[in-house]
Amino acid sequence: MGKSLFSGENLTCVRGGRNVFIGLSFHLTESSVLILEGPNGSGKSSLIRILSGLLRARTGTLTWQNEDATNEPEIFQKHIHYIGHRNAIKPVLTVQENLSYWSGLDQNDTDLDKALDQFNMLPLKNTPANLLSSGQSRRLALSRLLASRKKLWLLDEPSVGLDVASVKLLEHVIDQHLLTGGSVIFATHSPIDVKAPTRLNLREYSPLYNNALINLDDEEECWV
Amino acid sequence: MNGFLNIVSKDLRLALRQRSDLTMAVLFFILTAMLFPFGLGPEPNLLARIAPGIIWVTALLSVLLSLERIFLADYEDGSLEQLVLSCASLEIAILAKVLAHWLTTGLPLIMAAPLIALLFNMDTEAITILLIAMLLGTPSLSLIGAIAGTLTLGARRGGVLIPLLVLPLYIPTLIFGVGAIDAAMNSLEAGAVIANARPHLLLLGAILLVSLLITPLAGAAALKQALE
Repeated sequence: MGKSLFSGENLTCVRGGRNVFIGLSFHLTESSVLILEGPNGSGKSSLIRILSGLLRARTGTLTWQNEDATNEPEIFQKHIHYIGHRNAIKPVLTVQENLSYWSGLDQNDTDLDKALDQFNMLPLKNTPANLLSSGQSRRLALSRLLASRKKLWLLDEPSVGLDVASVKLLEHVIDQHLLTGGSVIFATHSPIDVKAPTRLNLREYSPLYNNALINLDDEEECWV
Repeated sequence: MNGFLNIVSKDLRLALRQRSDLTMAVLFFILTAMLFPFGLGPEPNLLARIAPGIIWVTALLSVLLSLERIFLADYEDGSLEQLVLSCASLEIAILAKVLAHWLTTGLPLIMAAPLIALLFNMDTEAITILLIAMLLGTPSLSLIGAIAGTLTLGARRGGVLIPLLVLPLYIPTLIFGVGAIDAAMNSLEAGAVIANARPHLLLLGAILLVSLLITPLAGAAALKQALE
């Protein structure tokens, strides 16, 4: 068991007046992987947004390296890299310009080439991003992970649109990240093969799928 | 500081690559202002008298056209989330985006304004004051407009909401912007032009300072809300 990196206790997420999940807890140690599973609408994306600090949980606490960060997401925000459903790519900029903007690095920095190479994007370096296929766009978004080194990666369905070979590249990159002391939390529906993952199934915390929570759901609404 | 320049240069580069965005506001400005002589008839005295009002109102409307551009594209493609997460200070990032917007909208308007002023038979002293007033006034238009841009992000058809939110807030800039030029045109002695326009210009400066202070704070709060 490694040192504790990030944990949450009793998290409840409310969106549009509906409980997305109730009483969820998780624990992440350094150099480890947490895979979020669960059916559509069970709150995987919402949980990832809460962990990135973009969204606030209705109840519960978040702890970053033994420090209470529930009300101060700034504590962990600078250590995380979040990649959501949208790739944040500007179609009129080239692949390299897109990447160098987000990494804030100089144009000629070799690290960018290395990051692109890891996802096999180097041949497309000077291609305008509007010519990329959806899988290539996804790989460009993922290569940002390597251009700006952060401790924790939060990936929301990272393998969407990727072919088998590209998923292999992603698995390799995640393994490398673990070896250098980083951690990863990702949500996925398709298998991504990584070393010794912990799995968290959100089905049991969702009132949509777990009937035991429906009463709780009503109570919450009366209370609000 | 690095992040600030990074955002400004990226937005400028995007604007230069998508030139239709860049030219739309300024062409709208020139074309609408040119309609007035046709509608009112070629009477030099009348045109010179109403020129300040027409130039300012058409400038406001042209800025309005481009306000949605500041944040909407970034919101839709996910860049805004990344900006919120990766920037040390969201307030600075908003100021950077507003500066880029002013450089691609306000500055072209200022450069086109003398052309329209000549068309309306304004004299050179009034044109000088017009340019100073626009230099002080158009940044406030971008700043105030940016707040509306952030507030309407989540809303459906937010582009329609922006004018309703923004136009009332543009009234002070319009009043003092026109007032400065009127004061300059009505001064009897040649030396008194600046002195007469001065109070109006100072008030335009005050509006600029207040919006410089409010926009980053209000914009950052609205952005966080929009991304929830």
